[in-house]
Amino acid sequence: MVGMLIVLSVIVFLLFSVLPADPARLVCGKSCTPAIIKSIDHKFGYDQPMYVQYKEFAKGIFVGRTYGEGKAAFECSAPCLGYSFLRNEDVTVLIEQTLPVTAQLALGGFILWMVGGVSIGIVAALKRGKWQDRTIMGVALIGYSFPSFFIALLLIFFVQIKFGLIGFHSYSAGLMWSDPVEWFKVFILPWIAIALLYAAFYSRLTRNQMLETLGEDYIRTARSKGLPERTVIGQHALRAGLTPIVTAAGLDLAGLLGGAIIIEQVFALPGIGRMSVDSVTTSDLPVITGTVMVAAFFIILANLVVDLLYAVIDPRVRLA
Amino acid sequence: MSDPFVKVEDLRVQFPTEDGIVGAVDGVSFEVAKNETLAIVGESGSGKSVTSQAIMGLINRKTAKVTGQVLFDGEELLSARPDQVRSLRGKRMAMIFQDPLSSLHPFYSIGKQLVEAIDVHQNVSNSAAMKQARDMLDRVGIPNPDRRLKDYPHNLSGGMRQRVMIAMALLNSPELLIADEPTTALDVTVQAQIIDLLRDLQREFGTAIILITHDLGVVADMADDVVVMYGGRVVERGNIDDIYYRPEMPYTWGLLGSVPRMDAGPSTRLQPIPGQPPSLIRLPKGCVFRPRCAYHELVPGNRCDTDRPDLLPVTPDHAVRCHLEPAQRREIAIERLGAHTVVDNSPAADATPSATPTPASGGTQEEK
Repeated sequence: MVGMLIVLSVIVFLLFSVLPADPARLVCGKSCTPAIIKSIDHKFGYDQPMYVQYKEFAKGIFVGRTYGEGKAAFECSAPCLGYSFLRNEDVTVLIEQTLPVTAQLALGGFILWMVGGVSIGIVAALKRGKWQDRTIMGVALIGYSFPSFFIALLLIFFVQIKFGLIGFHSYSAGLMWSDPVEWFKVFILPWIAIALLYAAFYSRLTRNQMLETLGEDYIRTARSKGLPERTVIGQHALRAGLTPIVTAAGLDLAGLLGGAIIIEQVFALPGIGRMSVDSVTTSDLPVITGTVMVAAFFIILANLVVDLLYAVIDPRVRLA
Repeated sequence: MSDPFVKVEDLRVQFPTEDGIVGAVDGVSFEVAKNETLAIVGESGSGKSVTSQAIMGLINRKTAKVTGQVLFDGEELLSARPDQVRSLRGKRMAMIFQDPLSSLHPFYSIGKQLVEAIDVHQNVSNSAAMKQARDMLDRVGIPNPDRRLKDYPHNLSGGMRQRVMIAMALLNSPELLIADEPTTALDVTVQAQIIDLLRDLQREFGTAIILITHDLGVVADMADDVVVMYGGRVVERGNIDDIYYRPEMPYTWGLLGSVPRMDAGPSTRLQPIPGQPPSLIRLPKGCVFRPRCAYHELVPGNRCDTDRPDLLPVTPDHAVRCHLEPAQRREIAIERLGAHTVVDNSPAADATPSATPTPASGGTQEEK
């Protein structure tokens, strides 16, 4: 895992370093002279060879680094993912500000869609071929094929504008503790928007998994023991069909933690996804590097967690 | 068969499919008494597994139509509430399945799967249930049962898994045990052990056993009565001696002729049954076995093509579904299976103590 992160950081670092955008010129502003650019280059280490720059970057992550020299020098303490000269802030600090927003958004949506999607999928599987199944799968297909911004905009239009049910609220740090009701109102629509999209996929996945496991011999054995149907379905069948759902859930959650770009944008949430987009439009390279690293970290972490969960679910995966 | 503990009357199971209705079981009747073993014999697709699952109430009534009667100790099960049948299932009647690897849940430990079967029917503490499970594993001959409780199905060998299945079925001392091809997935030495085990347990608990198999060796070892099924119907029914010594139905001859016998001469060739089992969607109009029967020309007037034969008694216990004349049938049986196996049908012959012939286990010409 650590190895993968290192490789990834090298690739990301190289990619952004060969981009034609010159970070020094971007900060420099209107009254720019070659001398100023040169001094900025020197201040941020851009005049150094690539491997030295990477070494500084890597060092920054683990022990922190110092930008500039003499009186103008300032410290970027570990874990230092770089310094945004556009925002005049440590990338780490920027991520610390934006990641909680994304995390609240992603986790809330995750819980909603897992509970909703999986239980809807089970219902559909049990009512296979009946009108309930057809309706659920039809709606799921529509939900699945709608782009997320469209669902989000529909929600805003109907819930907030047309019926004025929730009103407009904006996020501020620590809102969850200071005013839970307000916090809930900020996040409920984004959660629903995310959950609708993913629940559509998860209900289909769960339904197909359940149908497959319900036909297995060990389900018949469970019934032959006289177990009540809720045990047969809720324990025996669900447990057996869980593996692919866990895999998908882990990766989807990790993907969202790396930034729910569209949802954050539509609902104006100051999350990490929105910051990434802003950084791309302003060519704020250190921030982009930092957010990509964070997103990659979550994906790699999710893979690890999913692998560990496999072993919990399926004893055949455990080491003898 | 004075006291039919289980009585199946005119059982029919139909599965509607897109191609038409599949009549998997079509008017099957039989009885099993306590302490007795009834073998249901037939090829794959003859309806024997569906019959057993219908008795257990394991057929999904939403996707299949089940009619007829299943009387279990006087109680009609097909019209009973599902919950009522469920409370019998695993307690008073239990089932052992064919493939023990796919029939055990891969993610649950042996102990958990056994204890679960106890907990649902008995009000005992977890440790008491665990002890019961342990003792039953010991009883079915699993060495080191304490360790096995913590194992998962994939840790065990095929024979051990089948023993676990048997232990699971016996946990609540069922009065009816249905064994659906209990030895098919096992190698021959283990087969013999499992059969011995079932016989011992029957002696001990007085269980009524319905043994579903296509292995005539296992039948000879265990059964008191035999039902031969073909195309979802009973084509011959009788006690073990009737079926082995006085078989009357061409399909039964085919089954017997395709098994090596210790009492036949070394030069005797095995005779496979030609052709394929019928599709249960479009059954032939006449006798279901007619397309594969070598003797239909002996019946005058093409009756095998036009009339379904009825299951008619030869003796009170022995019934056959065939248009051939009894004398013709006896003659062919003697010719096909050797004179010494077909004893005359007189009461005197019935009374002679007969050593059951012992065909070598396994190896009918069917699949699996």
